[in-house]
Amino acid sequence: MPRSVKKGPFISLKLLKKINQLNDSNQKKIIKTWSRASTISPDFVGHTVAVHNGNKMIPVYITENMVGHKLGEFSPTRIFRGHPGTKAEKASKAK
Amino acid sequence: MARIAGVDLPKNKKVLYGLQYIYGIGPKIATVILQTAKVDPIKKVSDLTEEEIAEIRAIMTSDYKVEGALRSEIQQNIKRLMDIGSYRGIRHRKSLPARGQRTRTNSRTRKGKRKTVAGKKKAPTKK
Repeated sequence: MPRSVKKGPFISLKLLKKINQLNDSNQKKIIKTWSRASTISPDFVGHTVAVHNGNKMIPVYITENMVGHKLGEFSPTRIFRGHPGTKAEKASKAK
Repeated sequence: MARIAGVDLPKNKKVLYGLQYIYGIGPKIATVILQTAKVDPIKKVSDLTEEEIAEIRAIMTSDYKVEGALRSEIQQNIKRLMDIGSYRGIRHRKSLPARGQRTRTNSRTRKGKRKTVAGKKKAPTKK
Protein backbone atom coordinates (compact mmCIF):
# COMPACT_ATOMS: atom_id res chain seq x y z
CA MET A 1 0.00 0.00 0.00
CA PRO A 2 1.41 3.41 -0.90
CA ARG A 3 2.12 6.10 1.61
CA SER A 4 -0.65 8.56 2.42
CA VAL A 5 -0.50 11.57 0.09
CA LYS A 6 -1.36 13.83 2.99
CA LYS A 7 2.02 13.21 4.58
CA GLY A 8 4.03 13.82 1.43
CA PRO A 9 7.12 11.84 0.51
CA PHE A 10 9.45 10.72 3.27
CA ILE A 11 12.82 12.41 3.34
CA SER A 12 15.11 12.24 6.32
CA LEU A 13 15.04 15.75 7.84
CA LYS A 14 18.77 15.81 8.46
CA LEU A 15 19.48 14.85 4.88
CA LEU A 16 17.07 17.44 3.53
CA LYS A 17 18.69 20.11 5.70
CA LYS A 18 22.13 19.27 4.34
CA ILE A 19 20.88 19.29 0.74
CA ASN A 20 19.19 22.64 1.25
CA GLN A 21 22.38 24.05 2.74
CA LEU A 22 24.34 22.94 -0.32
CA ASN A 23 21.72 24.38 -2.62
CA ASP A 24 21.74 27.70 -0.78
CA SER A 25 25.50 28.01 -0.85
CA ASN A 26 25.71 26.62 -4.41
CA GLN A 27 28.20 23.98 -3.36
CA LYS A 28 28.67 20.43 -4.59
CA LYS A 29 29.78 18.09 -1.88
CA ILE A 30 29.31 14.38 -1.33
CA ILE A 31 26.83 13.81 1.48
CA LYS A 32 27.08 10.58 3.38
CA THR A 33 23.79 9.08 4.43
CA TRP A 34 22.43 5.93 5.94
CA SER A 35 18.88 6.91 5.14
CA ARG A 36 18.14 4.50 2.29
CA ALA A 37 14.41 4.93 2.74
CA SER A 38 14.47 8.62 1.81
CA THR A 39 12.68 9.56 -1.38
CA ILE A 40 14.71 11.52 -3.91
CA SER A 41 13.14 14.95 -4.30
CA PRO A 42 13.86 17.38 -7.15
CA ASP A 43 16.23 19.32 -4.84
CA PHE A 44 18.67 16.41 -5.01
CA VAL A 45 19.26 16.59 -8.75
CA GLY A 46 22.90 17.17 -9.61
CA HIS A 47 24.27 16.22 -6.21
CA THR A 48 26.17 13.11 -5.33
CA VAL A 49 24.96 11.23 -2.30
CA ALA A 50 26.93 8.43 -0.73
CA VAL A 51 24.36 5.85 0.32
CA HIS A 52 25.27 3.18 2.82
CA ASN A 53 24.62 -0.39 1.71
CA GLY A 54 25.32 -2.01 5.06
CA ASN A 55 29.00 -2.35 4.28
CA LYS A 56 30.25 0.80 2.62
CA MET A 57 29.08 4.04 1.07
CA ILE A 58 28.09 3.84 -2.58
CA PRO A 59 28.29 7.21 -4.35
CA VAL A 60 25.13 7.91 -6.33
CA TYR A 61 24.94 10.79 -8.76
CA ILE A 62 21.33 11.94 -8.82
CA THR A 63 19.80 12.63 -12.22
CA GLU A 64 16.37 13.93 -13.05
CA ASN A 65 15.03 10.47 -13.90
CA MET A 66 15.69 9.26 -10.38
CA VAL A 67 13.27 11.67 -8.72
CA GLY A 68 10.57 9.76 -6.88
CA HIS A 69 12.69 6.69 -6.25
CA LYS A 70 14.29 5.86 -2.93
CA LEU A 71 17.99 6.30 -2.29
CA GLY A 72 18.39 2.65 -1.34
CA GLU A 73 17.36 1.52 -4.82
CA PHE A 74 20.70 2.73 -6.15
CA SER A 75 22.93 1.13 -3.59
CA PRO A 76 22.72 -2.65 -3.92
CA THR A 77 23.13 -4.61 -0.70
CA ARG A 78 24.04 -7.95 -2.19
CA ILE A 79 26.92 -8.89 -4.42
CA PHE A 80 26.41 -11.89 -6.65
CA ARG A 81 29.73 -13.50 -7.39
CA GLY A 82 28.49 -16.49 -9.34
CA HIS A 83 27.41 -19.87 -8.11
CA PRO A 84 29.80 -21.97 -6.05
CA GLY A 85 31.74 -24.44 -8.13
CA THR A 86 30.93 -22.87 -11.48
CA LYS A 87 34.43 -21.51 -11.88
CA ALA A 88 36.20 -24.56 -10.49
CA GLU A 89 34.15 -26.69 -12.85
CA LYS A 90 35.47 -24.91 -15.89
CA ALA A 91 39.04 -25.07 -14.61
CA SER A 92 38.86 -28.82 -13.95
CA LYS A 93 37.37 -29.48 -17.37
CA ALA A 94 40.18 -27.59 -19.06
CA LYS A 95 42.78 -29.85 -17.40
CA MET B 1 -14.63 -8.05 -40.94
CA ALA B 2 -14.03 -5.68 -38.08
CA ARG B 3 -10.49 -4.42 -37.95
CA ILE B 4 -9.65 -2.22 -34.97
CA ALA B 5 -6.18 -1.02 -33.95
CA GLY B 6 -4.56 -3.33 -36.46
CA VAL B 7 -6.17 -6.46 -35.04
CA ASP B 8 -8.83 -8.59 -36.74
CA LEU B 9 -11.56 -9.26 -34.23
CA PRO B 10 -12.92 -12.81 -34.14
CA LYS B 11 -16.17 -12.80 -36.10
CA ASN B 12 -18.32 -15.20 -34.14
CA LYS B 13 -17.67 -13.81 -30.66
CA LYS B 14 -19.65 -11.26 -28.74
CA VAL B 15 -18.24 -7.73 -29.00
CA LEU B 16 -17.45 -7.55 -25.30
CA TYR B 17 -15.10 -10.51 -25.62
CA GLY B 18 -13.93 -9.81 -29.15
CA LEU B 19 -12.55 -6.44 -28.10
CA GLN B 20 -10.35 -8.15 -25.54
CA TYR B 21 -8.28 -9.67 -28.34
CA ILE B 22 -6.66 -6.23 -28.62
CA TYR B 23 -3.55 -5.84 -26.47
CA GLY B 24 -4.35 -3.41 -23.68
CA ILE B 25 -8.12 -4.00 -23.65
CA GLY B 26 -9.46 -6.16 -20.85
CA PRO B 27 -12.93 -6.81 -19.48
CA LYS B 28 -13.09 -3.45 -17.74
CA ILE B 29 -12.06 -1.18 -20.59
CA ALA B 30 -14.11 -3.22 -23.09
CA THR B 31 -17.25 -2.63 -21.02
CA VAL B 32 -16.56 1.08 -20.69
CA ILE B 33 -15.92 1.46 -24.42
CA LEU B 34 -19.13 -0.33 -25.35
CA GLN B 35 -21.09 1.77 -22.87
CA THR B 36 -19.80 5.06 -24.24
CA ALA B 37 -20.29 3.86 -27.83
CA LYS B 38 -23.79 2.66 -26.91
CA VAL B 39 -23.22 -0.75 -28.46
CA ASP B 40 -24.93 -3.82 -27.04
CA PRO B 41 -22.15 -6.01 -25.57
CA ILE B 42 -24.13 -9.17 -26.37
CA LYS B 43 -24.01 -8.40 -30.09
CA LYS B 44 -21.77 -10.54 -32.28
CA VAL B 45 -18.75 -8.89 -33.88
CA SER B 46 -19.99 -9.89 -37.34
CA ASP B 47 -23.29 -8.05 -36.72
CA LEU B 48 -21.60 -4.71 -36.02
CA THR B 49 -22.50 -1.90 -38.37
CA GLU B 50 -19.83 0.28 -39.95
CA GLU B 51 -20.88 3.25 -37.79
CA GLU B 52 -20.56 1.21 -34.63
CA ILE B 53 -17.08 0.07 -35.60
CA ALA B 54 -16.08 3.63 -36.41
CA GLU B 55 -17.44 4.78 -33.05
CA ILE B 56 -15.50 2.13 -31.13
CA ARG B 57 -12.38 2.95 -33.10
CA ALA B 58 -12.74 6.67 -32.37
CA ILE B 59 -13.13 6.12 -28.63
CA MET B 60 -10.18 3.78 -28.54
CA THR B 61 -7.77 6.06 -30.38
CA SER B 62 -8.73 9.09 -28.31
CA ASP B 63 -8.83 7.58 -24.82
CA TYR B 64 -6.66 4.47 -24.67
CA LYS B 65 -3.19 3.34 -25.51
CA VAL B 66 -3.31 -0.06 -27.17
CA GLU B 67 -1.09 -2.48 -29.09
CA GLY B 68 2.21 -1.02 -30.31
CA ALA B 69 1.96 2.28 -28.47
CA LEU B 70 1.29 0.53 -25.18
CA ARG B 71 4.05 -2.03 -25.73
CA SER B 72 6.60 0.68 -26.49
CA GLU B 73 5.53 2.66 -23.43
CA ILE B 74 6.11 -0.36 -21.23
CA GLN B 75 9.50 -0.94 -22.85
CA GLN B 76 10.40 2.70 -22.24
CA ASN B 77 9.50 2.45 -18.57
CA ILE B 78 11.69 -0.61 -18.19
CA LYS B 79 14.50 1.07 -20.09
CA ARG B 80 14.30 4.08 -17.78
CA LEU B 81 14.71 1.80 -14.77
CA MET B 82 17.72 0.16 -16.36
CA ASP B 83 19.33 3.46 -17.36
CA ILE B 84 19.19 5.01 -13.91
CA GLY B 85 20.70 1.85 -12.45
CA SER B 86 18.01 1.23 -9.88
CA TYR B 87 17.56 -2.13 -8.23
CA ARG B 88 14.52 -2.93 -10.34
CA GLY B 89 16.47 -2.00 -13.47
CA ILE B 90 19.31 -4.31 -12.52
CA ARG B 91 16.84 -7.15 -11.97
CA HIS B 92 15.36 -6.51 -15.40
CA ARG B 93 18.84 -6.56 -16.93
CA LYS B 94 19.54 -9.93 -15.36
CA SER B 95 16.01 -11.07 -16.27
CA LEU B 96 15.20 -12.02 -12.72
CA PRO B 97 12.02 -11.13 -10.80
CA ALA B 98 11.99 -7.43 -9.90
CA ARG B 99 9.53 -7.38 -7.02
CA GLY B 100 11.35 -9.26 -4.34
CA GLN B 101 10.14 -12.77 -5.09
CA ARG B 102 12.23 -15.73 -4.10
CA THR B 103 14.60 -17.14 -6.67
CA ARG B 104 15.87 -20.19 -4.84
CA THR B 105 13.02 -22.10 -6.42
CA ASN B 106 10.36 -21.12 -8.93
CA SER B 107 10.43 -17.82 -10.88
CA ARG B 108 10.79 -19.95 -14.01
CA THR B 109 8.83 -17.44 -16.07
CA ARG B 110 11.63 -14.92 -15.71
CA LYS B 111 14.56 -17.29 -15.64
CA GLY B 112 13.47 -19.47 -18.54
CA LYS B 113 13.96 -23.21 -18.83
CA ARG B 114 16.04 -24.95 -16.19
CA LYS B 115 19.73 -25.07 -16.95
CA THR B 116 21.14 -28.18 -15.38
CA VAL B 117 24.51 -27.57 -13.82
CA ALA B 118 26.83 -30.39 -14.80
CA GLY B 119 28.78 -32.07 -12.05
CA LYS B 120 26.66 -30.73 -9.25
CA LYS B 121 27.23 -33.26 -6.49
CA LYS B 122 23.86 -33.26 -4.82
CA ALA B 123 20.91 -32.14 -6.90
CA PRO B 124 17.89 -33.11 -4.82
CA THR B 125 15.54 -30.54 -6.33
CA LYS B 126 16.68 -31.04 -9.89
CA LYS B 127 14.34 -33.02 -12.15
